Amino acid sequence: MAKRSIVFTENLRELGLLIFIVVLSLAIQARNSAFLTPQNIAAMLTNTSILAILAVGMMLVLVTRGIDLSIGSIMAFTGMVTALTVAGIPGIPPIVAILLSTVLGAAIGMMTGVLVARFDVLPVIATLGMMNVVRGLTYVVSGGQWVSSYQMSTEFKAIATGNTLGINNLIMIAVVVYVVAGFFINHTRTGRRIYAVGSNPLAAEVSGIPKRRLIFLVYSIMGGLAGLAGVLWVARFASAQGNTAIGYELQVIAACILGGVSITGGVGRLSGLLLGTLMLGILANALPLIDVSPFWQQGIQGFVVLAAVITNVLVRRNTQRNALRRRAI
Amino acid sequence: MSDQTILELNGISKLFPGVRALDNVHFDLRPGEIHGLMGENGAGKSTFIKIITGVHTPDTGEIVIDGETVAFKNPMEAQRAGVAAIYQHVTSYPDLTVAENIFMGHERVRPVTRRIDWRRMHEEAQALLEQLDANFTSRERMGSLSVARQQIVEIAKALSTQARIIIMDEPTAALTHHESEELYRITEGLRDTGVAVIFISHRMEDIERLADRVTVFRDGQYVGSWNAAEIEQHALIVAMVGREISQMYPKRTVHFGEEILRVEDLSRTGFYRGVSFDVRAGEIVALTGLVGAGRTEVCESLYGVYPADEGTIYLNGEKIAPQSPMDALKLGIGHVPEDRQLQGLILEWEIGKNITLPSLASLSDHGWLNEDRERVVAGQLSDKLTVKANSIFTSAMTLSGGNQQKVVVAKALSRPLKLIILDEPTKGVDVAAKAAICEIIGDLAEQGYGILLVSSEMPEVLGMSDRIVVMKQGRVTAHLTTAEATQEEILNAAMVASTEAEHA
Amino acid sequence: MSDQIRIGITRERNWREFFFQWEWLLVGVLLLVIAVNTWISPFFLNLNTFIRTPATFLDKAFIVFPMMFVLILAKIDISVGSTVALSAVIMATSYNAGLPMPLAMLLCLTIAGLGGAINGWLLVKFKELSFVIVTLSTMIIYRGIAYIILGDQASGGFPDWFSFLGWGEILGVPFIFLVFILTAIAFGLLLHKTTFGRAVFGMGRNAMASRYSGVNVDRVVFTVFALNGLMAGVTALFLTSRMGSTRPNVATGYELEVIAMVALGGVSTSGGIGRIGGPILAVFIIGFLSYGMGLANLQAPLVLVVIGSLLIVSVLVHRIRFRSKKKINSTV
Repeated sequence: MAKRSIVFTENLRELGLLIFIVVLSLAIQARNSAFLTPQNIAAMLTNTSILAILAVGMMLVLVTRGIDLSIGSIMAFTGMVTALTVAGIPGIPPIVAILLSTVLGAAIGMMTGVLVARFDVLPVIATLGMMNVVRGLTYVVSGGQWVSSYQMSTEFKAIATGNTLGINNLIMIAVVVYVVAGFFINHTRTGRRIYAVGSNPLAAEVSGIPKRRLIFLVYSIMGGLAGLAGVLWVARFASAQGNTAIGYELQVIAACILGGVSITGGVGRLSGLLLGTLMLGILANALPLIDVSPFWQQGIQGFVVLAAVITNVLVRRNTQRNALRRRAI
Repeated sequence: MSDQTILELNGISKLFPGVRALDNVHFDLRPGEIHGLMGENGAGKSTFIKIITGVHTPDTGEIVIDGETVAFKNPMEAQRAGVAAIYQHVTSYPDLTVAENIFMGHERVRPVTRRIDWRRMHEEAQALLEQLDANFTSRERMGSLSVARQQIVEIAKALSTQARIIIMDEPTAALTHHESEELYRITEGLRDTGVAVIFISHRMEDIERLADRVTVFRDGQYVGSWNAAEIEQHALIVAMVGREISQMYPKRTVHFGEEILRVEDLSRTGFYRGVSFDVRAGEIVALTGLVGAGRTEVCESLYGVYPADEGTIYLNGEKIAPQSPMDALKLGIGHVPEDRQLQGLILEWEIGKNITLPSLASLSDHGWLNEDRERVVAGQLSDKLTVKANSIFTSAMTLSGGNQQKVVVAKALSRPLKLIILDEPTKGVDVAAKAAICEIIGDLAEQGYGILLVSSEMPEVLGMSDRIVVMKQGRVTAHLTTAEATQEEILNAAMVASTEAEHA
Repeated sequence: MSDQIRIGITRERNWREFFFQWEWLLVGVLLLVIAVNTWISPFFLNLNTFIRTPATFLDKAFIVFPMMFVLILAKIDISVGSTVALSAVIMATSYNAGLPMPLAMLLCLTIAGLGGAINGWLLVKFKELSFVIVTLSTMIIYRGIAYIILGDQASGGFPDWFSFLGWGEILGVPFIFLVFILTAIAFGLLLHKTTFGRAVFGMGRNAMASRYSGVNVDRVVFTVFALNGLMAGVTALFLTSRMGSTRPNVATGYELEVIAMVALGGVSTSGGIGRIGGPILAVFIIGFLSYGMGLANLQAPLVLVVIGSLLIVSVLVHRIRFRSKKKINSTV
């Protein structure tokens, strides 16, 4: 019976993904026992934290039926600007660097938000344009130069390498982001209304929900999180380049879709995001360990995304057919 | 049930371009009553509701709530005054829970932190649901609920806004017998708590069961209000239709030719079932019934838009199964759709381009456009249908409803056809154009086309057609010859006759 | 015959309307760009250099034409860059594996057309999927396959005559320019003078009404996307010829430039309108602009900024101009 079908399906889906991850991990471990070592797992988690942080922002955007292709560029730009600042002002506390990057990212996100919310520009076009403008500005601002490790203070680099409470900083920051996101999404009116807008935009407008303002908000949040990811990335790789994170948005989108976020809006859970991100993280980490060329990564991601959305469509068609059968005609 | 009124509308009129939707209507509602509102399609009921709920403002007249005159500028103001409406097409958030749907826009929050108070929301939502005797919880996802249950949530939503006037627009249309019983119980429960309910329905059984008083509208005008106990079914039907069949429909004597269309046991899951009828050359068969009866869906299946799941269609004796409008046109079936602006025309285009679109292939030279030939054909067809415009280059957007409709008919005629399906061709069209279109339809019949005419207007059905097929809730309930049929008989078949579906 | 028709059937020419069109604005901008380029480098207007400059940017221009059709349908295809890369890579690797060059070139076109056809097929079969997610997925997949095939290597070593495509000239005019002109004429005719073009415009304006009018909407969508893919293959041929070799990361950013050229050319992303002249002018505007920026020794990334901004500004202008006009574009 289709009684609690939707929650049930989501739980089932996540359970399936979890089982798949476990089975996959065991299979990889069998092939190469270096996979499930503490160091490797720590490295995987640290790598995945940045992806996980970005996925939260992308989920909110996808929930409102939008998309954001510009986050790779935002990461590069904010990372570069922050790196240049850190290199130029040696005594700067890391927390200031983090704030600077986040705020800068949010500002860029707001511009995208204005284009989409106020001027009704299609999100794919607005973010395609922004993606290139911001990427170009990254090169311009850096003069084509890189900012390398020796130009960054140790405190700065420790953002990524240091530990808080015994856990790597990056993972901690991701945890904080998820806790805050969890509260926002599940316990605030704004958070719930974002889901309402994605679930039925017309009804939302009629109910007096500020649809445009909420759409503007999600792009701003996405920008801010991209800015945060930018500084974290630069600290982690101890380098800021013009071509940082090119194409990274595609991985984030893939992680979201794998994690059960619906491209048609209104659906997305943090638990799913974590699983989706983890799945992609494992893929990236494990492929070299089992002698599969990392060049397979992109192809696999794309295929998985397509398979996921098509499956969604087929499931929905089936549900609709059943609903029609139940009609009293 | 007190004698004071909670809602009064006096002298309300509303004019839309070319159509007088409401003409000096009157209505009053008392607290603690279920007031049935009846009328055919186009009687003005939905415009009336939109005025009460603040979607439209009336051109004349006043609205009085609790003795005070009000003027709603938007639906939010109406809601604040205690008015709530429950429509057939539920506007809800399928991905959110029942409790969230009920409280969206006025969520319950904790006093200091302003965070959502889930406990209170679910408690209150659950209390509302229990008040309505619902057998599901507030934690269910809206999208997984049946239509009947979603309606209950909508009622709960209305109650959560402290609505004292609840309007239900055809709520039983998609419900089973059992679900309708549930709804009756809930509505009576609401009445007993002092809420005033305006219950719009086409189904006699609804009105008989629920209404304390009944009001009838006809052609945008107020006909009368009665205590339900004091009036009979028959009299109500007469009130809904009682008008003279005007001289507008010249009767023609046409010699009927061979069978053009035969439909046997046609079914489409969820929309209609077991539909059978036939149309001969030169014949005008009217397909009538109330909104939601499935007439448009049958036409869409004949035209290939949404093919049927079961059953057979015969065109000139040969089995056909059009899978797209393109197929149907090639077979010789033409279609004038119900929504001329969304389905019939490309409004931004000029008249000429609209007319030639279905027949571009034959008007072109192996795919190369021949604009001269197009202009001539478009001009000829526009003349034939007396389209009133300066030239075929006039944008379709600027035309009146009647002229737009003529263009749509011209479109269909740009191809060789055997059968022409017209879905509510005179809806929203001024009187002069109505007459012209009816004249055109008559001419087409004389020329030997088979005509399937979907119409909800009794005069039109009785005046134009040779035979009548009546549908109710997806089934055919009557085959009548026009010469012998009466309006009461038709409406009876459309509203009262019981169908298999209702005993589900 | 005509004098028996009462309704007017001759088109009135409104001269004022004729001159207030987008294309004239573009002509002005193009002249401005040429003027600025000449100011930067007087050799620019030298006929010899002038006629050879377009060869530097016309390779991606081939996709602009079918992309016009895509936008008029109110859709977008962001997989074109990846299609170019994949078909180029397959051409190079198959040639180097022994396939004769002409066949390798044919294979390039076939693969590219197939890539577009897959987009079209997905959109027709799964109408619930938006063009965004479909072309986004294929964008990832196609380039992903290119990476699987070639990794981070380059592949080339083509026969000498192959460079004729991108570098050759006929009577002093670059071959690519000539092919471009022919393509422009062909697509211009297709768009404005055929029943197919009319159907595309109709669907972009009102897909439902077009369907009800008997237009084969599935076939139109499929064909438009397949064409897009095919022309990406043409781009792959010319691009590879000019570069002499190829790798999986070629043509990154092509989707932006192509869409920007189409949008700048006056084609609205809401669909239903567009004229061939606009995008042709836009190709040259953006092309000469990039070239000129190179002349002025401005960094290459600045070009990205400019093109991205041009895209956003063009779309904004369309939106503001057509704000008041309600559009009926329903999904079928």
